[in-house]
Amino acid sequence: MSILREKLENTTEQVFTAEFPSIDGGGMNSVIRDAARLAPWFDAVNATDNPAAHAHTSNTTTAIAMQMHGLEAIMQIVCRDKNRLAIQSDMMGAALHGITNISLLTGDDVTAGDEPEARRVFDVDSAQAINIARIMTTGQYLSGRKINPAPDFYIGAVENAAAPPFDYRIQRALKKHRAGARFLQLQICYHPDRLEAFCKGVAEVAPDLKLIPTVVLMKGAKGLSFMNDKVPGIDVPVDTLKRVQSASDPSVEVNKLTLELAQHALTLPGVRGLHITDFRHDDTLAIFMNDLGRTPKRQG
Amino acid sequence: MLKKLLPFVEHAVKKPVWDCRMCGQCVLHSTGMTCPMTCPKTLRNGPCGGVRENGNCEVKPEMQCIWVKAYDRTVSLPLPKVWKEHYNELRPPVDMRLQGTSSWINLVTKRDQQTPAGWSVGDN
Repeated sequence: MSILREKLENTTEQVFTAEFPSIDGGGMNSVIRDAARLAPWFDAVNATDNPAAHAHTSNTTTAIAMQMHGLEAIMQIVCRDKNRLAIQSDMMGAALHGITNISLLTGDDVTAGDEPEARRVFDVDSAQAINIARIMTTGQYLSGRKINPAPDFYIGAVENAAAPPFDYRIQRALKKHRAGARFLQLQICYHPDRLEAFCKGVAEVAPDLKLIPTVVLMKGAKGLSFMNDKVPGIDVPVDTLKRVQSASDPSVEVNKLTLELAQHALTLPGVRGLHITDFRHDDTLAIFMNDLGRTPKRQG
Repeated sequence: MLKKLLPFVEHAVKKPVWDCRMCGQCVLHSTGMTCPMTCPKTLRNGPCGGVRENGNCEVKPEMQCIWVKAYDRTVSLPLPKVWKEHYNELRPPVDMRLQGTSSWINLVTKRDQQTPAGWSVGDN
Protein backbone atom coordinates (compact mmCIF):
# COMPACT_ATOMS: atom_id res chain seq x y z
CA MET A 1 0.00 0.00 0.00
CA SER A 2 1.30 3.39 -0.96
CA ILE A 3 1.93 5.63 2.06
CA LEU A 4 1.22 8.61 -0.16
CA ARG A 5 -2.20 7.28 -1.10
CA GLU A 6 -2.99 6.21 2.46
CA LYS A 7 -2.12 9.64 3.86
CA LEU A 8 -3.82 11.65 1.14
CA GLU A 9 -6.96 9.57 0.86
CA ASN A 10 -7.53 8.32 4.41
CA THR A 11 -6.07 10.99 6.69
CA THR A 12 -5.88 14.76 6.89
CA GLU A 13 -2.13 14.72 7.49
CA GLN A 14 0.10 16.86 5.35
CA VAL A 15 2.40 15.06 2.94
CA PHE A 16 5.86 16.12 1.89
CA THR A 17 7.44 15.05 -1.37
CA ALA A 18 10.76 15.77 -3.04
CA GLU A 19 12.77 14.85 -6.10
CA PHE A 20 15.32 12.08 -6.15
CA PRO A 21 18.64 13.31 -7.56
CA SER A 22 19.27 12.16 -11.12
CA ILE A 23 21.61 9.19 -11.28
CA ASP A 24 24.60 9.49 -13.60
CA GLY A 25 26.83 6.72 -12.35
CA GLY A 26 27.70 6.43 -8.69
CA GLY A 27 26.17 3.00 -8.40
CA MET A 28 23.77 1.70 -5.79
CA ASN A 29 25.84 3.33 -3.03
CA SER A 30 24.75 6.76 -4.20
CA VAL A 31 21.12 5.61 -4.16
CA ILE A 32 21.50 4.29 -0.62
CA ARG A 33 23.09 7.56 0.51
CA ASP A 34 20.40 9.76 -1.06
CA ALA A 35 17.56 7.51 0.11
CA ALA A 36 18.87 7.72 3.69
CA ARG A 37 19.13 11.51 3.46
CA LEU A 38 15.57 11.96 2.14
CA ALA A 39 13.66 9.23 3.99
CA PRO A 40 13.44 11.04 7.37
CA TRP A 41 11.62 13.99 5.86
CA PHE A 42 9.51 12.77 2.96
CA ASP A 43 6.52 10.49 2.45
CA ALA A 44 7.32 9.82 -1.18
CA VAL A 45 9.93 11.05 -3.62
CA ASN A 46 9.74 11.58 -7.38
CA ALA A 47 11.72 9.27 -9.64
CA THR A 48 12.08 11.66 -12.55
CA ASP A 49 12.02 10.82 -16.25
CA ASN A 50 14.92 12.54 -18.02
CA PRO A 51 14.26 15.92 -16.34
CA ALA A 52 14.94 19.06 -18.36
CA ALA A 53 15.39 16.78 -21.39
CA HIS A 54 18.73 15.40 -20.21
CA ALA A 55 19.30 11.64 -20.32
CA HIS A 56 19.83 9.96 -16.92
CA THR A 57 19.20 6.57 -15.35
CA SER A 58 15.64 5.62 -16.33
CA ASN A 59 12.56 6.50 -14.33
CA THR A 60 11.52 2.87 -13.73
CA THR A 61 14.88 1.58 -12.58
CA THR A 62 15.40 4.62 -10.37
CA ALA A 63 12.01 4.02 -8.77
CA ILE A 64 12.84 0.34 -8.22
CA ALA A 65 16.20 1.21 -6.65
CA MET A 66 14.56 3.77 -4.37
CA GLN A 67 11.92 1.34 -3.14
CA MET A 68 14.61 -1.33 -2.59
CA HIS A 69 16.21 1.09 -0.17
CA GLY A 70 13.14 2.11 1.75
CA LEU A 71 12.02 5.22 -0.10
CA GLU A 72 8.56 5.28 -1.60
CA ALA A 73 8.66 6.43 -5.23
CA ILE A 74 6.35 8.55 -7.30
CA MET A 75 7.36 7.41 -10.75
CA GLN A 76 7.12 10.18 -13.30
CA ILE A 77 6.51 9.52 -16.96
CA VAL A 78 6.89 12.31 -19.48
CA CYS A 79 5.40 12.27 -22.97
CA ARG A 80 8.52 13.60 -24.73
CA ASP A 81 10.55 10.40 -25.09
CA LYS A 82 8.01 7.58 -25.32
CA ASN A 83 5.06 6.65 -27.44
CA ARG A 84 1.87 5.14 -26.02
CA LEU A 85 3.28 1.60 -26.10
CA ALA A 86 6.39 2.55 -24.14
CA ILE A 87 4.36 4.58 -21.63
CA GLN A 88 2.14 1.58 -20.93
CA SER A 89 5.10 -0.78 -20.62
CA ASP A 90 6.77 1.68 -18.19
CA MET A 91 3.69 1.50 -16.03
CA MET A 92 3.47 -2.29 -16.24
CA GLY A 93 7.14 -2.53 -15.29
CA ALA A 94 6.51 -0.28 -12.32
CA ALA A 95 3.53 -2.37 -11.23
CA LEU A 96 5.61 -5.55 -11.50
CA HIS A 97 7.99 -4.09 -8.92
CA GLY A 98 5.31 -2.81 -6.58
CA ILE A 99 5.49 0.83 -7.64
CA THR A 100 1.99 2.24 -7.67
CA ASN A 101 2.39 6.05 -7.51
CA ILE A 102 2.55 7.19 -11.12
CA SER A 103 2.68 10.82 -12.19
CA LEU A 104 2.19 11.70 -15.84
CA LEU A 105 3.36 14.94 -17.36
CA THR A 106 4.06 16.59 -20.69
CA GLY A 107 7.77 17.09 -20.14
CA ASP A 108 10.20 19.80 -21.21
CA ASP A 109 10.88 19.97 -24.90
CA VAL A 110 14.04 18.36 -26.29
CA THR A 111 15.35 21.85 -27.05
CA ALA A 112 15.64 22.46 -23.28
CA GLY A 113 18.22 19.70 -22.96
CA ASP A 114 21.74 18.88 -24.07
CA GLU A 115 20.63 16.85 -27.08
CA PRO A 116 18.33 19.30 -28.84
CA GLU A 117 18.79 17.45 -32.12
CA ALA A 118 16.73 14.51 -30.79
CA ARG A 119 13.30 13.58 -32.16
CA ARG A 120 10.51 14.63 -29.84
CA VAL A 121 7.75 12.06 -29.45
CA PHE A 122 4.62 13.50 -27.78
CA ASP A 123 2.57 10.65 -29.26
CA VAL A 124 0.09 11.31 -26.44
CA ASP A 125 -0.23 14.37 -24.19
CA SER A 126 -0.36 14.39 -20.41
CA ALA A 127 -4.16 14.33 -20.13
CA GLN A 128 -4.31 11.39 -22.53
CA ALA A 129 -1.53 9.59 -20.64
CA ILE A 130 -3.43 10.06 -17.37
CA ASN A 131 -6.51 8.56 -18.98
CA ILE A 132 -4.45 5.62 -20.24
CA ALA A 133 -3.18 4.99 -16.67
CA ARG A 134 -6.77 5.07 -15.45
CA ILE A 135 -7.83 2.65 -18.19
CA MET A 136 -5.11 0.25 -17.04
CA THR A 137 -6.50 0.29 -13.51
CA THR A 138 -9.71 -1.14 -14.98
CA GLY A 139 -7.78 -4.18 -16.18
CA GLN A 140 -6.94 -3.41 -19.77
CA TYR A 141 -4.48 -1.70 -22.04
CA LEU A 142 -5.55 1.20 -24.25
CA SER A 143 -6.25 -1.34 -26.98
CA GLY A 144 -8.73 -3.16 -24.76
CA ARG A 145 -6.43 -6.19 -24.28
CA LYS A 146 -6.82 -7.60 -20.77
CA ILE A 147 -4.45 -7.09 -17.84
CA ASN A 148 -5.10 -9.53 -15.04
CA PRO A 149 -5.03 -8.52 -12.25
CA ALA A 150 -5.43 -4.82 -12.93
CA PRO A 151 -2.58 -2.67 -11.63
CA ASP A 152 -3.55 -0.55 -8.66
CA PHE A 153 -2.06 2.79 -9.66
CA TYR A 154 -2.38 5.92 -7.59
CA ILE A 155 -2.38 8.44 -10.41
CA GLY A 156 -0.92 11.92 -10.19
CA ALA A 157 -0.08 14.76 -12.50
CA VAL A 158 1.56 18.15 -12.58
CA GLU A 159 0.12 21.56 -13.32
CA ASN A 160 1.58 25.04 -13.55
CA ALA A 161 -0.72 27.31 -11.56
CA ALA A 162 1.08 30.46 -12.57
CA ALA A 163 1.65 30.32 -16.33
CA PRO A 164 -0.62 31.75 -19.04
CA PRO A 165 -3.44 31.31 -19.88
CA PHE A 166 -4.11 31.92 -16.16
CA ASP A 167 -7.89 31.49 -16.16
CA TYR A 168 -7.62 28.26 -18.08
CA ARG A 169 -5.15 26.54 -15.70
CA ILE A 170 -7.98 25.61 -13.35
CA GLN A 171 -9.91 24.02 -16.21
CA ARG A 172 -6.84 22.09 -17.25
CA ALA A 173 -6.32 20.77 -13.72
CA LEU A 174 -9.94 19.68 -13.63
CA LYS A 175 -9.55 17.95 -16.99
CA LYS A 176 -6.64 15.96 -15.59
CA HIS A 177 -8.75 15.13 -12.57
CA ARG A 178 -11.59 13.89 -14.76
CA ALA A 179 -9.07 11.82 -16.73
CA GLY A 180 -7.99 10.08 -13.51
CA ALA A 181 -5.49 12.19 -11.54
CA ARG A 182 -5.98 12.04 -7.77
CA PHE A 183 -3.19 14.42 -6.84
CA LEU A 184 -1.38 17.30 -8.52
CA GLN A 185 2.16 18.39 -7.81
CA LEU A 186 2.33 22.04 -8.82
CA GLN A 187 5.14 23.81 -10.64
CA ILE A 188 7.38 26.19 -8.69
CA CYS A 189 5.44 29.41 -8.15
CA TYR A 190 6.60 32.81 -6.94
CA HIS A 191 3.19 34.44 -7.34
CA PRO A 192 1.24 33.65 -4.16
CA ASP A 193 -1.82 35.45 -5.57
CA ARG A 194 -1.89 33.23 -8.65
CA LEU A 195 -1.40 30.10 -6.56
CA GLU A 196 -4.23 31.16 -4.29
CA ALA A 197 -6.64 31.83 -7.17
CA PHE A 198 -5.74 28.46 -8.71
CA CYS A 199 -6.19 26.44 -5.51
CA LYS A 200 -9.47 28.15 -4.67
CA GLY A 201 -10.78 27.57 -8.18
CA VAL A 202 -9.82 23.90 -8.20
CA ALA A 203 -11.02 23.17 -4.66
CA GLU A 204 -14.39 24.72 -5.40
CA VAL A 205 -15.14 22.20 -8.15
CA ALA A 206 -12.96 19.24 -7.14
CA PRO A 207 -12.44 19.27 -3.36
CA ASP A 208 -11.08 15.71 -3.49
CA LEU A 209 -8.21 16.59 -5.83
CA LYS A 210 -5.11 16.82 -3.66
CA LEU A 211 -2.86 19.78 -4.39
CA ILE A 212 0.85 19.79 -3.59
CA PRO A 213 2.55 23.12 -4.38
CA THR A 214 6.32 23.29 -4.82
CA VAL A 215 8.89 25.45 -3.08
CA VAL A 216 12.61 25.61 -3.81
CA LEU A 217 15.55 25.69 -1.44
CA MET A 218 18.31 27.70 -3.07
CA LYS A 219 21.49 29.54 -2.27
CA GLY A 220 20.59 33.11 -3.12
CA ALA A 221 19.53 35.66 -5.70
CA LYS A 222 21.46 34.05 -8.54
CA GLY A 223 19.30 30.91 -8.56
CA LEU A 224 16.19 33.02 -8.44
CA SER A 225 17.15 35.12 -11.44
CA PHE A 226 18.32 31.99 -13.28
CA MET A 227 14.87 30.44 -12.92
CA ASN A 228 13.22 33.68 -13.96
CA ASP A 229 15.42 34.05 -17.05
CA LYS A 230 16.00 30.48 -18.14
CA VAL A 231 13.07 28.29 -17.11
CA PRO A 232 10.01 28.86 -19.29
CA GLY A 233 6.84 28.86 -17.23
CA ILE A 234 8.47 30.24 -14.08
CA ASP A 235 8.25 33.96 -13.42
CA VAL A 236 9.75 35.70 -10.41
CA PRO A 237 8.16 39.11 -9.74
CA VAL A 238 10.60 42.04 -9.92
CA ASP A 239 9.93 43.04 -6.29
CA THR A 240 10.62 39.52 -5.06
CA LEU A 241 13.89 39.42 -6.95
CA LYS A 242 14.88 42.87 -5.65
CA ARG A 243 14.04 41.91 -2.10
CA VAL A 244 16.53 39.04 -2.18
CA GLN A 245 19.17 40.84 -4.22
CA SER A 246 19.24 43.91 -1.99
CA ALA A 247 19.22 42.01 1.32
CA SER A 248 22.36 42.20 3.48
CA ASP A 249 22.55 38.39 3.30
CA PRO A 250 20.68 37.10 0.23
CA SER A 251 21.04 33.47 1.31
CA VAL A 252 19.18 34.20 4.55
CA GLU A 253 16.59 36.31 2.77
CA VAL A 254 15.85 33.67 0.13
CA ASN A 255 15.21 31.14 2.90
CA LYS A 256 12.84 33.57 4.59
CA LEU A 257 11.04 34.05 1.30
CA THR A 258 10.74 30.30 0.74
CA LEU A 259 9.36 29.78 4.22
CA GLU A 260 6.76 32.50 3.70
CA LEU A 261 5.71 30.97 0.37
CA ALA A 262 5.48 27.52 1.97
CA GLN A 263 3.45 28.71 4.95
CA HIS A 264 1.08 30.61 2.68
CA ALA A 265 0.67 27.63 0.33
CA LEU A 266 -0.21 25.30 3.22
CA THR A 267 -3.15 27.53 4.20
CA LEU A 268 -4.82 27.31 0.76
CA PRO A 269 -7.91 25.22 0.03
CA GLY A 270 -7.20 21.81 -1.47
CA VAL A 271 -3.53 21.93 -0.48
CA ARG A 272 -2.48 18.75 1.27
CA GLY A 273 1.25 19.18 1.52
CA LEU A 274 4.36 20.48 -0.15
CA HIS A 275 6.83 19.38 -2.76
CA ILE A 276 10.34 20.56 -1.99
CA THR A 277 12.99 21.04 -4.64
CA ASP A 278 16.34 21.16 -2.90
CA PHE A 279 19.16 22.84 -4.83
CA ARG A 280 21.29 23.20 -1.71
CA HIS A 281 21.87 19.64 -0.51
CA ASP A 282 23.05 20.85 2.89
CA ASP A 283 21.49 21.40 6.32
CA THR A 284 19.05 23.98 4.92
CA LEU A 285 16.46 21.24 4.42
CA ALA A 286 16.50 20.22 8.09
CA ILE A 287 16.27 23.86 9.24
CA PHE A 288 13.46 24.58 6.77
CA MET A 289 11.47 21.51 7.83
CA ASN A 290 11.95 22.40 11.50
CA ASP A 291 10.67 25.90 10.78
CA LEU A 292 7.57 24.31 9.26
CA GLY A 293 7.12 22.31 12.46
CA ARG A 294 8.21 18.97 10.98
CA THR A 295 10.27 16.46 12.86
CA PRO A 296 12.31 13.75 11.13
CA LYS A 297 10.85 10.26 11.02
CA ARG A 298 12.88 7.69 12.90
CA GLN A 299 14.37 5.11 10.60
CA GLY A 300 13.72 1.49 11.43
CA MET B 1 -11.38 9.61 -56.93
CA LEU B 2 -12.91 11.86 -54.23
CA LYS B 3 -10.69 10.19 -51.67
CA LYS B 4 -7.62 11.25 -53.63
CA LEU B 5 -8.83 14.71 -54.59
CA LEU B 6 -10.28 15.95 -51.31
CA PRO B 7 -7.05 15.90 -49.29
CA PHE B 8 -5.52 18.28 -51.87
CA VAL B 9 -8.50 20.60 -51.75
CA GLU B 10 -8.65 20.49 -47.95
CA HIS B 11 -4.96 21.24 -47.63
CA ALA B 12 -5.19 24.08 -50.17
CA VAL B 13 -7.94 25.70 -48.09
CA LYS B 14 -6.73 25.00 -44.56
CA LYS B 15 -2.97 25.37 -44.90
CA PRO B 16 -2.94 29.14 -45.62
CA VAL B 17 -5.59 29.90 -42.98
CA TRP B 18 -4.72 27.56 -40.10
CA ASP B 19 -1.33 26.16 -41.07
CA CYS B 20 -3.11 22.77 -41.29
CA ARG B 21 -0.91 19.70 -40.82
CA MET B 22 -3.44 17.22 -42.29
CA CYS B 23 -3.77 15.08 -39.17
CA GLY B 24 -7.02 13.83 -40.67
CA GLN B 25 -9.01 14.30 -37.43
CA CYS B 26 -9.70 17.99 -37.29
CA VAL B 27 -10.69 19.56 -33.96
CA LEU B 28 -10.44 23.23 -35.00
CA HIS B 29 -14.05 23.92 -34.02
CA SER B 30 -13.34 22.95 -30.41
CA THR B 31 -10.07 24.85 -30.07
CA GLY B 32 -11.16 28.36 -31.00
CA MET B 33 -10.29 27.71 -34.65
CA THR B 34 -6.61 27.26 -33.68
CA CYS B 35 -4.82 24.12 -34.86
CA PRO B 36 -3.26 22.17 -31.96
CA MET B 37 -0.99 20.32 -34.36
CA THR B 38 0.95 23.57 -34.79
CA CYS B 39 1.99 23.30 -31.12
CA PRO B 40 5.61 22.04 -31.25
CA LYS B 41 4.56 19.31 -28.82
CA THR B 42 1.34 18.65 -30.79
CA LEU B 43 -0.64 18.83 -27.54
CA ARG B 44 -4.36 18.26 -28.09
CA ASN B 45 -5.58 18.96 -24.55
CA GLY B 46 -4.27 22.35 -23.55
CA PRO B 47 -1.01 24.17 -22.90
CA CYS B 48 2.05 22.64 -21.27
CA GLY B 49 3.61 24.19 -18.18
CA GLY B 50 6.29 25.97 -20.17
CA VAL B 51 4.23 28.89 -21.44
CA ARG B 52 6.23 32.07 -20.96
CA GLU B 53 5.08 35.05 -18.93
CA ASN B 54 4.27 36.94 -22.16
CA GLY B 55 2.10 34.06 -23.36
CA ASN B 56 4.66 32.77 -25.85
CA CYS B 57 5.81 29.23 -26.55
CA GLU B 58 8.52 27.41 -24.57
CA VAL B 59 9.99 25.90 -27.74
CA LYS B 60 9.58 28.87 -30.10
CA PRO B 61 9.89 31.99 -27.94
CA GLU B 62 8.91 34.25 -30.83
CA MET B 63 5.56 32.49 -31.31
CA GLN B 64 2.44 32.95 -29.19
CA CYS B 65 1.47 29.69 -27.45
CA ILE B 66 -1.22 28.21 -29.64
CA TRP B 67 -3.22 27.28 -26.52
CA VAL B 68 -3.12 30.86 -25.27
CA LYS B 69 -4.46 31.85 -28.68
CA ALA B 70 -7.01 29.04 -28.65
CA TYR B 71 -8.29 30.07 -25.24
CA ASP B 72 -8.54 33.77 -26.16
CA ARG B 73 -10.37 32.93 -29.36
CA THR B 74 -12.72 30.49 -27.68
CA VAL B 75 -13.67 33.20 -25.20
CA SER B 76 -13.86 36.10 -27.66
CA LEU B 77 -14.88 34.75 -31.08
CA PRO B 78 -18.61 34.50 -31.87
CA LEU B 79 -18.44 30.72 -32.24
CA PRO B 80 -21.46 28.43 -31.75
CA LYS B 81 -22.05 27.64 -28.05
CA VAL B 82 -21.72 23.92 -28.61
CA TRP B 83 -18.27 24.42 -30.14
CA LYS B 84 -17.20 26.46 -27.12
CA GLU B 85 -18.45 23.72 -24.85
CA HIS B 86 -16.23 21.24 -26.64
CA TYR B 87 -13.15 23.21 -25.62
CA ASN B 88 -12.76 21.37 -22.34
CA GLU B 89 -13.42 17.85 -23.56
CA LEU B 90 -10.70 15.22 -23.36
CA ARG B 91 -9.55 14.75 -26.93
CA PRO B 92 -8.25 11.22 -27.65
CA PRO B 93 -4.75 10.45 -28.91
CA VAL B 94 -4.17 11.09 -32.61
CA ASP B 95 -4.68 8.10 -34.89
CA MET B 96 -1.46 8.23 -36.87
CA ARG B 97 -3.02 6.19 -39.67
CA LEU B 98 -5.18 9.16 -40.63
CA GLN B 99 -2.22 11.46 -41.30
CA GLY B 100 -2.59 12.94 -44.79
CA THR B 101 -6.20 11.88 -45.28
CA SER B 102 -9.13 14.28 -45.57
CA SER B 103 -10.71 15.11 -42.23
CA TRP B 104 -13.84 16.09 -44.15
CA ILE B 105 -14.27 12.51 -45.37
CA ASN B 106 -13.35 11.17 -41.93
CA LEU B 107 -15.97 13.43 -40.36
CA VAL B 108 -18.72 12.26 -42.69
CA THR B 109 -17.80 8.58 -42.32
CA LYS B 110 -17.25 9.06 -38.55
CA ARG B 111 -13.85 7.47 -38.99
CA ASP B 112 -12.38 10.33 -36.95
CA GLN B 113 -14.44 9.27 -33.96
CA GLN B 114 -13.04 5.76 -33.78
CA THR B 115 -10.85 5.31 -30.71
CA PRO B 116 -9.03 2.28 -29.28
CA ALA B 117 -11.36 -0.12 -27.43
CA GLY B 118 -10.08 0.90 -24.01
CA TRP B 119 -10.21 4.67 -24.49
CA SER B 120 -13.73 5.33 -23.21
CA VAL B 121 -13.79 2.75 -20.43
CA GLY B 122 -15.54 4.15 -17.37
CA ASP B 123 -15.62 7.53 -19.03
CA ASN B 124 -15.94 10.40 -16.59
